[in-house]
Amino acid sequence: MTDLPMPQSGAMPAPKSSLMVADARTRRRNAAEKRFRLYGAGAIGIAMIALVVLLSSIISGGAGAFRQTYLSIPVALDAETLDPKGNRNLDEMSKVLTLSYGKVLDRAVEAAVASSGIEIAELAEKDIDNLVSKEASAHLRDRVLADPELVGQTVDVNVLVNGRIDGYFKGRVTMESAAADSNTSPQQLMLADALREQGVLVTRFNWDFITNPDASDQRPEAAGVGVAILGSFYMMLVVLLLAVPIGVAASIYLEEFAPKNRWTDVIEVNISNLAAVPSIVFGILGLAAFINFAGLPQSAPIVGGLVLTLMTLPTIIISTRAALKAVPPSIRDAALGVGASKMQSVFHHVLPLAMPGILTGTIIGLAQALGETAPLLLIGMVAFVREFPAAPPEGLFDPASALPVQVYNWTQRADPAFIERASGAIIVLLIFLFCMNLLAIFLRRRFERRW
Amino acid sequence: MKSLGLTATALSVVALSATAATARDQIQIAGSSTVLPYATIVAEAFGENTDFPTPVVESGGSSAGLKKFCEGVGENTVDIANASRAIKDSEIETCAANGVTDIIEVRIGYDGIVFANASSGPDFVFTPADWFNALSAKVVKDGEIVDNSAANWNEVNPDLPEQPILAFVPGTKHGTREVFEEKVILAGCEESGAMEVFAAEMGDEEKAEEACMTLRTDGKSVDIDGDYTETLARIESDPNGIGVFGLSFYENNTDKLKVATMSGVTPSTETIASGEYPVSRPLYFYVKKQHIGEIPGLKEYAEFFVADELAGPDGPLAEYGLVADPELAATQEAVTNETVMSK
Repeated sequence: MTDLPMPQSGAMPAPKSSLMVADARTRRRNAAEKRFRLYGAGAIGIAMIALVVLLSSIISGGAGAFRQTYLSIPVALDAETLDPKGNRNLDEMSKVLTLSYGKVLDRAVEAAVASSGIEIAELAEKDIDNLVSKEASAHLRDRVLADPELVGQTVDVNVLVNGRIDGYFKGRVTMESAAADSNTSPQQLMLADALREQGVLVTRFNWDFITNPDASDQRPEAAGVGVAILGSFYMMLVVLLLAVPIGVAASIYLEEFAPKNRWTDVIEVNISNLAAVPSIVFGILGLAAFINFAGLPQSAPIVGGLVLTLMTLPTIIISTRAALKAVPPSIRDAALGVGASKMQSVFHHVLPLAMPGILTGTIIGLAQALGETAPLLLIGMVAFVREFPAAPPEGLFDPASALPVQVYNWTQRADPAFIERASGAIIVLLIFLFCMNLLAIFLRRRFERRW
Repeated sequence: MKSLGLTATALSVVALSATAATARDQIQIAGSSTVLPYATIVAEAFGENTDFPTPVVESGGSSAGLKKFCEGVGENTVDIANASRAIKDSEIETCAANGVTDIIEVRIGYDGIVFANASSGPDFVFTPADWFNALSAKVVKDGEIVDNSAANWNEVNPDLPEQPILAFVPGTKHGTREVFEEKVILAGCEESGAMEVFAAEMGDEEKAEEACMTLRTDGKSVDIDGDYTETLARIESDPNGIGVFGLSFYENNTDKLKVATMSGVTPSTETIASGEYPVSRPLYFYVKKQHIGEIPGLKEYAEFFVADELAGPDGPLAEYGLVADPELAATQEAVTNETVMSK
């Protein structure tokens, strides 16, 4: 700004200032630098505050998803309801729907409350019946069908409780809100409090959130990110297997072997342009090319992976080329000088030295792909999927969800308990991203060479 | 070298599995976000209670779902489209042009549309005429057509509280918007007699209807293109707002919302079923008959959906907020007989 060259006058004039005493101009320059440092520190400060606010809001909202309330009660498996013919025939027993098991559970809960000696004024039967989750009857049915001899016996079960009661123990539901809520009541919450004091109702760590599939709107307490994690993992697998070899091979060719002419210039410009194309465009392309033309199935991780591969390729190519460029030419010259072929110099010397940079770029590209939702919208992956996909390679063609998609889906549900689930899924996604970035930093630190 | 080898392996794996990919064994469903919660409840129960896998349910709106549905016949097209409105003739034509000729229409029940404000706010007792006079761009004052300038609800109807008018109405891409315009704004237009004035002025009934349904654009009526969760968030941040919701959404959030009566009737599954509450609409799903027999469990799913245990008045769908169809038996019969829509 102010460092214009001093006018060259003939003879050396007597110094007007001393290094020891700051003159006005030096003070101005120093002040400008101090101000700039303050701006920088301020920018960092704002970014940190934004990060802290974001993280704390997600963690405070989503931490609850990792804890869940369970109720342990004895259930009398009434033979008349569950096996009306009484012959323990599996085919006939499987005609009994979960709804009937729900009634069996209702009776069990009523009996448990009656025998516990808890007395609460104006406690309605509906309040007792609604205590347990609807998921519980499905679990009970699976258990009975797996072992028909259980019918007629009394078994101890450990079942999920209703999302509202769970929310009460997590502070989401209060006595005041329950009074206005048509799905719960203060009496029900008092009953839950009393059961908790007796130790049959406990809130504990919830592995099911990680392993369960999605659940319908009526049972937010049972919803988990299992299918989404698996779907995201399969897609990353496809991206890794396709984007890395293609991307690295393309950049090695472009950087080391390709002649520098108009064609390679055009390709270069196009790659840079592709990196800036909005991801939804890749979704449209994926729908047209992979589903409508190639006939691949909808909602499948293979299609998602292919679309994300197209999306990540430019990122990987650009970062790989930068890493290859950063290897000094002296390495190549030395290799060629001792008689190595061009290919030997690249694969024996240049590529290993560029590897940390390539890996970092690849992992950052993968992390970007992991968080992508928009292209998946068009290929049918933004869906309610409850079946776990099979093991690869067949599983790549089964329908699956993805982590960011699960977040998007849950924020649209009516039941407020799903907001907690969505934040929980964001935490899982952030942990994945954090691990991937950590790996990238580790690889760079461990293997990077500086010249 | 290594990377080339890897590429080759990866490509061959993909190619091999692509040929090995067998027939799709789960049902694919797409369509309305209003029907989505019901469809997921049924899909979940279907997966639990039968040997068929749980169907995959996508949302994205009735129009988007029907468009996908009409893309053609085959494994990579959807089997069922959920819709919060009846299929249009133009869509049936598109379907037929793409080979989807046999469509089974299944009406699953009715959905109520309710008006609710923050639970801390005052009680509202609406009539359709109030909504027309509050939100329409042009209203009739002393026999003259004037621009709507009402700022408070009590200017529209002295019985309403003195609260600034601020309505969050569904955006035009929602099926709910159509119902809101027809059953509330247009009904209010006729009820208040403004329709006759418009018709006399414009000389054309259709133009008058259009004039009725044009909402004011001065910020008193806000289009919400997102979901009901967005409407709820808007009301929570501005307690003066009144939002348009589906009955099931309201029933899941009664602690935050206070529902308004319409023409003196409180919305509930009972009042909607009896027809007393005026603002409701049928919900449908459409089955591609050509896929029955090709996709395992498709017919079973349709039958399961409309069975009394699920879609009946005591079933889980009614519990969630669906108004059971009084003519459910006829629907069940139509599904069992695979009755297709007449062209």
